[in-house]
Amino acid sequence: MLRRITVLLMIIIGYLLQTTLFKSISLAGIVPNILIILTSAFGFMRGKNEGMFIGFVSGLLIDIFFGSILGFYALVYMFIGYLNGFFRRIFYPEDIKLPMILIGASEFLYCFICYIFLFLLRGRLHLGYYFLHIILPDIVYTVLVTLIIYKGILFVNEWLESHETGRA
Amino acid sequence: MGKRGHRRDRFSIPAKYIFLILTILCVAMMIISFTTDFVSEPLDTAAGYVIVPFQRGLGAAGAWLSGRSENIKKINELTEENAELKERIDELTIRINDLQRDKYELSQLRSLFLLDEQYSDYEKVGARVIGKDTGNWFSSFIIDKGSNDGIMTDMNVMAGSGLVGIVTNVGPNWAKVRSIIDDTSSLSGMVMSTSDTLIVSGDLELMDDGYIRFSQLIDEDDAVASGDQVVTSTISNKYLPGISIGYITEIEKDANNLTKSGFITPAVDFKRLTTVLVVTELKEESE
Repeated sequence: MLRRITVLLMIIIGYLLQTTLFKSISLAGIVPNILIILTSAFGFMRGKNEGMFIGFVSGLLIDIFFGSILGFYALVYMFIGYLNGFFRRIFYPEDIKLPMILIGASEFLYCFICYIFLFLLRGRLHLGYYFLHIILPDIVYTVLVTLIIYKGILFVNEWLESHETGRA
Repeated sequence: MGKRGHRRDRFSIPAKYIFLILTILCVAMMIISFTTDFVSEPLDTAAGYVIVPFQRGLGAAGAWLSGRSENIKKINELTEENAELKERIDELTIRINDLQRDKYELSQLRSLFLLDEQYSDYEKVGARVIGKDTGNWFSSFIIDKGSNDGIMTDMNVMAGSGLVGIVTNVGPNWAKVRSIIDDTSSLSGMVMSTSDTLIVSGDLELMDDGYIRFSQLIDEDDAVASGDQVVTSTISNKYLPGISIGYITEIEKDANNLTKSGFITPAVDFKRLTTVLVVTELKEESE
């Protein structure tokens, strides 16, 4: 229960930061994707179920406010959370390389899916342009932010875990 | 049942089934929300009360943060005065635009004089921008007024003297506005000096340069030149006529030799959008 509430709060804070403060301090109009960091991080730290849950809630939040149809982003984020769950076996808290690679890859996958379904299908073919001007800066920025906030996420997760084992 | 219990010591559903269920749920939501408002309405309402109050506060904080680097001294006083003056400028620009338009109209469309009447003052409601799109693909934002304040879908949104976009989604205390620089936005415009119509469409590739694209301008006499003002046209079915979109900055002939296309510099600075005006008049109603 405590975990659910904490995680929900983190999602809401992530969403709020992303739509307000981060938009004001964006570099070259590009905003890091906090919700992907959360989804991906909890996916490989806690497994598929939690990754899916967080992805679904994050995506739904975006759907409600910014999606053209309800469910698209929820599906994409959930999918990414699920995929990250596969890497739980090789995850060690001390190692920062795997999280950075996974979060970067998740962000790439997310952008790529967005491009395919929201742009390519409308006849926007310049993948090269979109890759250089949107996807690449997005990934770089997101990975940089990961470096800063990953310790925090890890700390929250460890705190939750110790709380859970302490009670059991 | 018993066998499954042996395989896993906790009685949880395997992840792949949850994945399948959630996928079906998402697809179902997509289909339902595409055809009806059945699911989205309660969600819009719930989210409106949980998220929007925070967003309002943080939005103000964000605006403050970005404004801080620009004016260090007497922030409050100056911004207040600035806002007041800006309002005044907007008012005057609108008036100048109106007068300019009237002049063109008068000389060109004297016979269609009746059209001119609907151009003038639209009822407007001010609103604050409290959140912008989470991703980098689209350009839409959330304002702090919703159906409780009389905002409805398809209402036009202006900032000062120019067109910003259109309301696409409404909650009780928030509304989503899709700006005209958004990649999915497309509307019918009109060159004010010649009354030639054209299609104005947002383009992600041009967003950085601050342009929007126009196309399908038929201009046989080569009368349209860069610097000409483009306004919303009378034939658009959602946008009210006569709202300034921007100024033509580049124009060239298409390969088909019949139409022209090019870039427009929008009348609105989309990077620094903090307050907008929602026109509380729908195109269908005004006719």
